[in-house]
Amino acid sequence: MSSSTNKRCRQPKPDEMTGFRTKISNREDFQRIPELAINPLGDRIINAFFSDGEDQVNFRAFMRTLAHFRPIEDNEKGKDPSSSEPLNSRNNKLLFAFRLYDLDKDDKISREELLQVLRMMVGVNISDEQLGSIADRTIQEADQDGDSAISFPEFVKVLEKVDVEQKMSIRFLH
Amino acid sequence: MDEFGKAAYNVLSVWLTLVAVLILVPAMFGISLGINEMYMKILVKTLEWATLRIQKGVKEIERLQRAATNGIIQRDAGFSIETEIAERKARRKAQIRGDFELNDVFYFSKKGVESIVEDEVTQRFTSEELVSWNLLTRTNNNFQYISVRVSLIWVLGVFIRYCILCPLRITLAAIGLSWLVIGTTIVGQLPSSRVKNLLSELVHLMCYRICARGLSATIHYHNKENRPKKGGICVANHTSPIDVVILANDGCYAMVGQVHGGLLGVIQRSMVKACPHVWFERSEMKDRQLVTKRLTDHVSDKTKLPILIFPEGTCINNTSVMMFKKGSFEIGGTIYPVAIKYDPQFGDAFWNSSKYSMVSYLLRMMTSWAIVCNVWYLPPMTRQEGEDAVSFANRVKSEIARQGGLVDLSWDGGLKRAKVKETFKEEQQKTYSKMIVGDDGN
Repeated sequence: MSSSTNKRCRQPKPDEMTGFRTKISNREDFQRIPELAINPLGDRIINAFFSDGEDQVNFRAFMRTLAHFRPIEDNEKGKDPSSSEPLNSRNNKLLFAFRLYDLDKDDKISREELLQVLRMMVGVNISDEQLGSIADRTIQEADQDGDSAISFPEFVKVLEKVDVEQKMSIRFLH
Repeated sequence: MDEFGKAAYNVLSVWLTLVAVLILVPAMFGISLGINEMYMKILVKTLEWATLRIQKGVKEIERLQRAATNGIIQRDAGFSIETEIAERKARRKAQIRGDFELNDVFYFSKKGVESIVEDEVTQRFTSEELVSWNLLTRTNNNFQYISVRVSLIWVLGVFIRYCILCPLRITLAAIGLSWLVIGTTIVGQLPSSRVKNLLSELVHLMCYRICARGLSATIHYHNKENRPKKGGICVANHTSPIDVVILANDGCYAMVGQVHGGLLGVIQRSMVKACPHVWFERSEMKDRQLVTKRLTDHVSDKTKLPILIFPEGTCINNTSVMMFKKGSFEIGGTIYPVAIKYDPQFGDAFWNSSKYSMVSYLLRMMTSWAIVCNVWYLPPMTRQEGEDAVSFANRVKSEIARQGGLVDLSWDGGLKRAKVKETFKEEQQKTYSKMIVGDDGN
């Protein structure tokens, strides 16, 4: 047990989730976390925890969203192949990221959506034209079916060389 | 009924005599009879035994050795926006239209979710979690029923704490505070002279010592040669109102604070008769110029006692030191930093003002096992040439954090109640923008 501590990541117990000990349940509770409030994508991340039209998140939903960030190697090999894909698979991590961009949930990242998210990340430091050209270039490189928007398979293709595991995983200590 | 009354009267008088002889008199003269030491020894032995029993009973054998600062998730030291920038620069081939990649969003989302699981700031505003249970229900977060023996000891502990120790402590506190009011009023009648100052110091010391006994406080002072001198400013990290009692047990300070009504107001008014403290009206507190001026005047008078200030402005849970407000560091004069660290095993000293009122907080203090703390006097520091108040404040803060073994944070303690400023977000946005368009900003 102790030999593989740094690779191990057991399912965190509810009492370890600081959020729920201090009773996070609506958006305002999330925004009270200073480090999240100053994150440029803070609002998008908070949104990921709430399902459509809901203003409260219960513990189950909270854990489901957090489960996306479990390290991939944590899954046991030789698992029952008929069971559904685990939440922290590479595909599902990419889906989580895709949904951060896809504001209207139509399974496509349009130029407008990309621009909005870019604007969130850069603030006032980049001009509209420059941001526009960045967005155009990104869509141009990713788009394969010519609809000037990025669908999820195209998104996956663009990021196929990226180490998603390292960038989208959170490891729990002991 | 009459016999009952007589019996009760006898018991009470015996009780009070015992208290006076065994506790009050030694306390007044700063001598110790060793009763407290014996109590602490027994307490430590009991807690050690309880810890071993609990660890045997728990299924997971791994010992919780983590220090308070380790946290529950692994932080990737190399995962920062700066390393990303360096990586990008190495790969970049003069891209004119920017260096944005779709996976940039990973960085922010991981940081965001990490901060949801465990963030540096909000955990400072609740009591510290203990590594092993100390037989107080209030700290019983993760520990379940272990064995009959542990439960029995716990029941015994409850009885001792609530029925024996608590009334004793309340008596002592009452005596201490009334003596403070009476003593300082008497001394205040004297004309200003050296004798008056001496007597005032004596009275203050005596009362604080009695109050400290009233909390079963065991205080270890380190580096007494660095004790704050007259005309200086003493700054310390703030955990609870008891900090004042802890520090004033070993020296005399001029207190700074708001004028209160009620009991506290009575105490304040009588204290200021004996020696000059700095009390502000509520309206005066808003006027920063006025505050600075009064404090500067006090400090420049070398015969006046050192001022005691807590620059954090609010109570923090003693695992970290948060931003020091620069006001105290603009006054000039010598700063004497002091680090206070409580041992959470014997009692949680942190005052969570949103959860407990002052009275319920004091009652909790009096029903803990004891208050054990270490006080380190650090060497005096002065503002250097060309150093502004904020950097000076941060320098002092780092020293205090280092000595006390606390985490040094630059977050504002005011975030307990207020929202964080937008400027921090704007800084992050700026850094990110630089990354995708390059430093030359083309």
